[in-house]
Amino acid sequence: MDQLLQLLKENALETAEDMGKMLNMSAEDVRAKIKDYEDQDIIRGYQAILDEDKLDINQVRAAIEVKVTPERQGGFNQIAQRISRFDEVESLFLMSGTYDLLLFVNGPDLRNVASFVSEKLATMDGVTATATHFMLKTYKSFGVLMEKEDEYERLKVSP
Amino acid sequence: MSDSKSLHDRIARHIIDVPRSGIRDFFDIVSTRKDIISLGIGEPDFDAPWHIREATIFALERGASSYTSNLGLLKLRKAVSAYIERTFGLAYSAKTEIIITVGVSEAMDLAVRAILNPGEEVLYHAPCFVSYAPVITFAGGKPVCIETRMEDDFQLSAAAVEEKITPRTKALILNYPNNPTGAVLPMEKLEKIAEVIVRHDLLVIADEIYSELIYEDKISSIAALPGMRDRTIFLHGFSKAWAMTGFRMGYACAPPPLTEAMMKIHQYTMMCASTPSQEAAIEALQQPEVDIRSMHDAYLKRRNYIYNSFHEMGLPCFKPGGAFYAFPYIGDSGLSSYDFAMRLLDEENVAAVPGTAFGACGEGFLRCSYSTSLENIKEAMVRLERFIQRLQK
Repeated sequence: MDQLLQLLKENALETAEDMGKMLNMSAEDVRAKIKDYEDQDIIRGYQAILDEDKLDINQVRAAIEVKVTPERQGGFNQIAQRISRFDEVESLFLMSGTYDLLLFVNGPDLRNVASFVSEKLATMDGVTATATHFMLKTYKSFGVLMEKEDEYERLKVSP
Repeated sequence: MSDSKSLHDRIARHIIDVPRSGIRDFFDIVSTRKDIISLGIGEPDFDAPWHIREATIFALERGASSYTSNLGLLKLRKAVSAYIERTFGLAYSAKTEIIITVGVSEAMDLAVRAILNPGEEVLYHAPCFVSYAPVITFAGGKPVCIETRMEDDFQLSAAAVEEKITPRTKALILNYPNNPTGAVLPMEKLEKIAEVIVRHDLLVIADEIYSELIYEDKISSIAALPGMRDRTIFLHGFSKAWAMTGFRMGYACAPPPLTEAMMKIHQYTMMCASTPSQEAAIEALQQPEVDIRSMHDAYLKRRNYIYNSFHEMGLPCFKPGGAFYAFPYIGDSGLSSYDFAMRLLDEENVAAVPGTAFGACGEGFLRCSYSTSLENIKEAMVRLERFIQRLQK
């Protein structure tokens, strides 16, 4: 992967000046390249990584396995796109293995997520089965460990 | 009372005569300070990859708590042999030409002791890692320093080597990528040095510990040049590229008679390297390229950042091509390396090691390790620039 994208993935708030210094580019070139990636829809957005368990918000998250019948034209795409338009759906992937689609959904409470599954998802044409797994605790998200450990102390000076 | 004096008198003369490492003194001062940003760290700031640590725990669960063969686990030596062949194009027999040691530090000691008769000379280039000269002295040899300079990008030249050769010269210690300068040695210079070594029938001890951390050039070793394999002791280990310093895992590769000689010393002094660490090293060789890549890339970005920062603040610095050190020239400040480092510590809470800790020719320089977070490097550069501007007033 391009080193600039790598840097942005690590910290999207890094300034163009500092990224330029690390990549031996001018800040202007960094900005232009980022703009280019945005225009090409390679960079699709910037978000903060939150430890949502720490926030006092009522929220329920679940992973849902979905089995579907692929359509003759369009295969899984059409149904996957229909499902992904629901606001409850955070992410959606086509999977290999015993089920076809994996959804991560988000709702204000259990009832809300349950009704999404039973009323909207399960009733869709082509959906043959669902299995819902509610998430209990986040240990790691987007490569970030949620539980901060004390750093093991290193020598301040060593040869 | 005279108690301490008499004990002092009982210490071997050649031990008393060797000074403590300058790093040690500086460490003692720094360790009394709080909230400092340290550019003084001579080891990776990363933890060893988790799969390596996890494999070590698993090995301990399986009972990896006994001795291994003196040479080390055969499985590890085979993995080392394959890795060295793939990476350096050098073939060493796992059974007779590789010995697993307690870090490259032990390997260096074994190599020097295995070859030196009293009074024989070993050439080494400086600025350099702190242990070379003392280890030669401990072995009864005579360390002969060859100074390298910023104008030459701290590269050792064949002519400089040849100039210091005497009838008593036994070997040359070579360390590129270099600690503390970050210098690398291009192939054409390596070839010329090899030619001198062969012509004078000398040995080389190649400290390759920073090999993988090289940014523009290709990985190479003098041992892979024509006629050099049989006169080189190739030292390498897991400390730097795998961030495994605390595992103390190194190795020496050399033709059977040399390996056998090193094995004898190791056998009677160390017995074997730590078994859990050897298991860790086996795991480290499962996917070395993957493990090393992300750390290598992080160092490279930091190298660029720190080098460009020095440039912007007008601090002369040659571009380090490897390891994780930059070695800027601070002599224009009018301060000695030591005074500069002390004042930087006192006034800005930034620790960097005076160049003189790595040899007298390090005077005028400061070793700045970029083995610390980018956040720390950024703040250290702000403080360093402020400090320099204050000095100029």
